[in-house]
Amino acid sequence: MFDICELCEPETLAEAKALFRANPELKVIAGGTDVLIRMQHGNLAGAGLLSLRNIPHLDEIQLLADGTLSIGAMAPFTRIFEHELIRKLVPVLGEASVSMGGPQVRNVATIGGNLCNGAVSADSASTLFALDALLKLETAEGERIIPMRDFYAGPGKVNLLPGELLVAILIPREGYEGMGGHYIKFAPRKAMDIATLGVAAVCKIRENRFVELRIGLGVAAPVPVRCFEAEDYAKGREVTWECVQEIARLALKPAKARSSWRASKDYREHLIEVLAQRAVAEAVKRGGGCCAD
Amino acid sequence: MAERIDLNLKVNGADHSVSVHPFARLLDVLREDLRLTGTKEGCGEGECGACSVLLNGRVVNSCLVPAVQAQGAEVVTVEGLAEGENLSSLQAAFLVHNGAQCGFCTPGMLVSATDLIHRCPNPSDDEIRDGLAGNLCRCTGYAKILDAVHTAAEREAAR
Repeated sequence: MFDICELCEPETLAEAKALFRANPELKVIAGGTDVLIRMQHGNLAGAGLLSLRNIPHLDEIQLLADGTLSIGAMAPFTRIFEHELIRKLVPVLGEASVSMGGPQVRNVATIGGNLCNGAVSADSASTLFALDALLKLETAEGERIIPMRDFYAGPGKVNLLPGELLVAILIPREGYEGMGGHYIKFAPRKAMDIATLGVAAVCKIRENRFVELRIGLGVAAPVPVRCFEAEDYAKGREVTWECVQEIARLALKPAKARSSWRASKDYREHLIEVLAQRAVAEAVKRGGGCCAD
Repeated sequence: MAERIDLNLKVNGADHSVSVHPFARLLDVLREDLRLTGTKEGCGEGECGACSVLLNGRVVNSCLVPAVQAQGAEVVTVEGLAEGENLSSLQAAFLVHNGAQCGFCTPGMLVSATDLIHRCPNPSDDEIRDGLAGNLCRCTGYAKILDAVHTAAEREAAR
């Protein structure tokens, strides 16, 4: 039995927002693979839950008129990596989605829940950082759209206002068009494990030069980070092996790695450099470039 | 909140109406109310897959499903895999290959493998490993389970 005091399952988004405004202490539950486990561990015990499961259309993946890819917050990871639009436009997000948990977890765990849980290890987070994604947040009063990197406030903390719900993840056309990408999850096990480090790289290559490069790191700092120094360095440069190595060295700049039982600080920094190198090299290849020396 | 709620669901093809605690887990309803004890509780937190069932055709950990979310749903447990007295191809193949030792993970393993073969009728080794990645077995080392799934997939394809 779950230690829940109430479970609200509104049928519309408007109803959910009104309920949440009236009861901001409710804990929002999406797939439940984080929230229910925390309850089983005695955290959140006795909480009231607001489930978004019955709200129609909140799990839809669609291409908006301006080319923005919109992913409903309640889309489960299985649907994301199987979806035609994801395969075609942002295969790197499919790669990150399939790296998560196992089939049972991916069938219920949602991308919105993954982000709102605030874990720095969230496989979708570093990838969405690299894709320059935006988040559509709604309250009963209105909506706001913020960049991913303004969402994370600290370990397990996200910038959601009282009564505010994450409704959709938006990837504008400039975020994905013509970009090659690669996500590497490093963990002791290939499945059912939490990333020791996650690196997502996407890049646009023309005449074997970097037009644009974006790198997102998970578990390299208290929150997911972008590697702006490395990205600026790459811009306009010819793709060579030396260039990729320098990018990987610069990817360490925003890192604030720490030692934990999963890995030491030194090991994490080593991983950042090595995996950034591999992720960028593969993203270059998929973007039509070549960095063989 | 009502002390008990009426839960209507279809399990292994049969309609059931049970009066359950409003915050019971689907796992509790299956094992305790319906006495379908094939579904096991291992970790109780979605790591081991011993409680795997098909919920509306998708494999899930029933320890992480509030029973109310199965209202009106169709559930298949390990007890629903055989057709009468005839074992499913997977069950038969697990027997032939000794795909079970202590047997605790076997019901979940069979349910996940059923889901896998349904999605992916001719799986490669890697696809089987991926399909069963959410099911832990502490005895077999998985090799015999892999063999069993291959054999069952081949038998299904030949049918």
